[in-house]
Amino acid sequence: MRGFFALVALLAGLIAGSAHAAAPVPYGITPALIAAAKKEGTVTYYTSLELVAAEHLAKAFQDRYGVKVRVERAGSERVFQRIGQEYLTGIHNVDVADTSDAVHFTYFKRRGWLSQAVPAEMARLWPADMRDPEGYFAAFRADLSVIAYNKRLVQPQDAPKSFADLLQPKWKGKLVKGHPGYSGTIMTATHTLSKALTWDYFAKLGQQNVMQVQSSTDPPKKLSLGERAVQVDGNEYVVVMQQKKGVPLQIVYATEGTPLVVGNAAIFKTPAHPKAAKLFYAWMFALEAQQLNSDFGGVRSFHPSVKDNSGRPPLSQIKLLRSDTKELEANLATIKRRYEQYFGT
Amino acid sequence: MSLNAETAAETAGLRRSIDLSRPIFGLLALALCVLVILPIFWLAVYSLQNDAGEWTFENFVILATDPTILRAFGLALLMALGVGILATAIAAPMAWLAARTDLPCRSGVRILVTASFVTPPFLGAIAWEILAAPNSGIINGIYRWLFGLEADAYFVNIYSFPGLIFAIACYTFPYVFTLVANALERVPSDLEDASAILGASQLTTLRKIVLPMVMPAMLAGSLIAVLQALTMFGTPAILALPAGFHVITTKIWSLFQFPPQPGLAAAAALPLLLITVILLRGQKWFLGRKGYTVIGGKSGSARITNLGVWKWPAFAFVAFILSLAVVFPYAALLKAAVTTNIGEPLSFASLTWQNFNFVFFEFDATRLAIWNTLVLGISTACIVTILVVVISYLVVRKSFPGSSILGFLATAPVAIPGIVLGVGLFLSYANPVLMLYGTLWILLIAFITIEMPAGYQQISSSLSGMHPEVEEASRILGASRLTTLRRITAPLLKTSVIAAWCFVFIGTIRELSATILLTIANTKLVSVIIYDLNESGNLGAIAVLGLTLLVVSFAVVIIAHRVPLIARG
Repeated sequence: MRGFFALVALLAGLIAGSAHAAAPVPYGITPALIAAAKKEGTVTYYTSLELVAAEHLAKAFQDRYGVKVRVERAGSERVFQRIGQEYLTGIHNVDVADTSDAVHFTYFKRRGWLSQAVPAEMARLWPADMRDPEGYFAAFRADLSVIAYNKRLVQPQDAPKSFADLLQPKWKGKLVKGHPGYSGTIMTATHTLSKALTWDYFAKLGQQNVMQVQSSTDPPKKLSLGERAVQVDGNEYVVVMQQKKGVPLQIVYATEGTPLVVGNAAIFKTPAHPKAAKLFYAWMFALEAQQLNSDFGGVRSFHPSVKDNSGRPPLSQIKLLRSDTKELEANLATIKRRYEQYFGT
Repeated sequence: MSLNAETAAETAGLRRSIDLSRPIFGLLALALCVLVILPIFWLAVYSLQNDAGEWTFENFVILATDPTILRAFGLALLMALGVGILATAIAAPMAWLAARTDLPCRSGVRILVTASFVTPPFLGAIAWEILAAPNSGIINGIYRWLFGLEADAYFVNIYSFPGLIFAIACYTFPYVFTLVANALERVPSDLEDASAILGASQLTTLRKIVLPMVMPAMLAGSLIAVLQALTMFGTPAILALPAGFHVITTKIWSLFQFPPQPGLAAAAALPLLLITVILLRGQKWFLGRKGYTVIGGKSGSARITNLGVWKWPAFAFVAFILSLAVVFPYAALLKAAVTTNIGEPLSFASLTWQNFNFVFFEFDATRLAIWNTLVLGISTACIVTILVVVISYLVVRKSFPGSSILGFLATAPVAIPGIVLGVGLFLSYANPVLMLYGTLWILLIAFITIEMPAGYQQISSSLSGMHPEVEEASRILGASRLTTLRRITAPLLKTSVIAAWCFVFIGTIRELSATILLTIANTKLVSVIIYDLNESGNLGAIAVLGLTLLVVSFAVVIIAHRVPLIARG
């Protein structure tokens, strides 16, 4: 009897699954949607975007549509932990979220915690490999995890050009890096580099007396303080934000390649503010938000019309190291175990 | 003392009132069981299950064999011990100087100790990063400049094991200070006079009369310092992780990273409970059967010792300690608050309001968080104070057979690291039957549970030092236990009650580890915001929030000392 029920459940699942297999019809920002969103008044946005950049984005949206964005900022892994904790206990507080660990969104999707939603602008302009084929999530932003240094402490001719350079004795006690258990960017970058450079590289790096911070947004700030001279990893966009404040930081695109980190976003299954969530999500992929993210936050965009005004080389001119989400997920435990072995935490 | 004929007569009029203490005992026992046992129960259940929900000892096997966990335990114990010793070594002499000598600026000393006390340790840790990070630290900059050293040289490194002990001790020594100073004020002068008349020198009197009498308070204070350090999360997260090592709380916290291992985390928390029980037993054993009752029906005021030539060296000692704990850190935070990049030297041109503007006008979480923090702090303080006064009374006066169980229940939460309690509470109060997660209620429950031990230690140690003779008089005249508690005991305890209230209020402001798992966007507290800002390195905003927090908590503490908390009669 139990077997029979299991079979029925399985079949029902298959049917439901196949019905969901196709992406939904793209939607645009219509006056009706705006009016409905205004009525809800607020949208709750969990993000791992740097706080000042996230608040800036929220304010722009509020100015544009009169809908308040409640920003909940933490490192990717903590955003993920929080959403997991909330959804498993039936709290559906989050409307829209993004993190910089691609594994999170495949996990959310698998658990059935996401809504299908495809804004028209994204449907038209986004590269196919940068969005979920079934329309559950898409790449809201991209970032690089870069080497960078403080020009006050390091002369350009002495600066490292590769990850291998960082193993030189002269960098001992001068390096800072983020933590993969905390930051999605660093988790992705660590996985990519462990493949490109092998774990042996990290074993040696662990001997360099590296200062360990948590969020990938922190290493550029430690450089700005002059606490360390060189960052092993950290957000490219935060380095750009610091440069805009007049701090003399310099980005290095390592000769071995630079890890590309894709930050997905999605609307959750049962958002408290469904219309406001839809409006905010559509706007996140619109040119206005994407350009703002690029100008103010220095985040890379997949929107073809976004102009990068920072003077950085475009992604096409940088040797990129891409990560495989499935492989990353399978290796999470190993990465954390190895990392603790080499770096102590 | 405060007992006079009028009160006694009034009390006698209540002769036939019903003694409510028995039902209250029952209710309290039930409430404490729910508060304390429920989360521990869930922890125990989780520690004995694997991910699939099967019963197993696997977690304990990992616990006993995983070298990273054992190392974290060892380091945490060493750290806590170091903090206990350092805090007692600086706080006990300071308390004596402030309470019983003619040290200059004694009230100034107390204000600065209070400032150290209201400073959340994680905020102090952040300030010490600004001061003593090996390269960017202000102290190291001055050191290099003074001796013309090259860029790598440093004098102090806060990202180290001793640095961690130092940074925690800076903000836990007030526990020892307050308890010892209060106890010193209660030592009756007639005993000291007797000792002096019998020919003992001041030093002998100090050693043979005063020290033994304040020993229970000093040990209680050291114990609180040790346990605070052992279960502290914020400071190690800020200072130990950059240094490349875990203590047990940060290790437990790391077990919640994806994929989370709540079972192992729960198992790792249980030895902490054991350690605490051992420490508490140790305190009992150490004190032995020495019983001192300090407040009897009669007493004189405390004697002031003349320091003579030692006056200024003693002052220098106290000023040095307080500069390290309060003056320098807040100066550093002030600098961070008014500059864009703390790394730059301070100049008139680099001054900015940008950080204030961001915190108060752009960052929408600020005002709500300050409001939430105040509401929770004040309500927790009131509830806990009332609870612990009643519990202490029932326990210390051995009102019922088995009333000591209340004391154990009220002390037990001290053994649960906040982060683990957070998980326990989450498991207990985030289900369809009882959905408190996402509200301020779950935080209120967490804070009551977390702060009860400190309040209880404070009140019960004062109460044990109070001879029951005045209460007995009240009882003989016909007052019920509760009336006696309200009319006689509580007013006598007034100083301790206010101190306990402030302890608890400040404790809630300092709390981070349970809070961090239990808040959502709508229930954010200032502590969590500061921690979040630190993770992304927004020093300027942290400094502004930290200074605001100091001003607000100071205001509350001052008001608390002015408000007559216990109505007479």
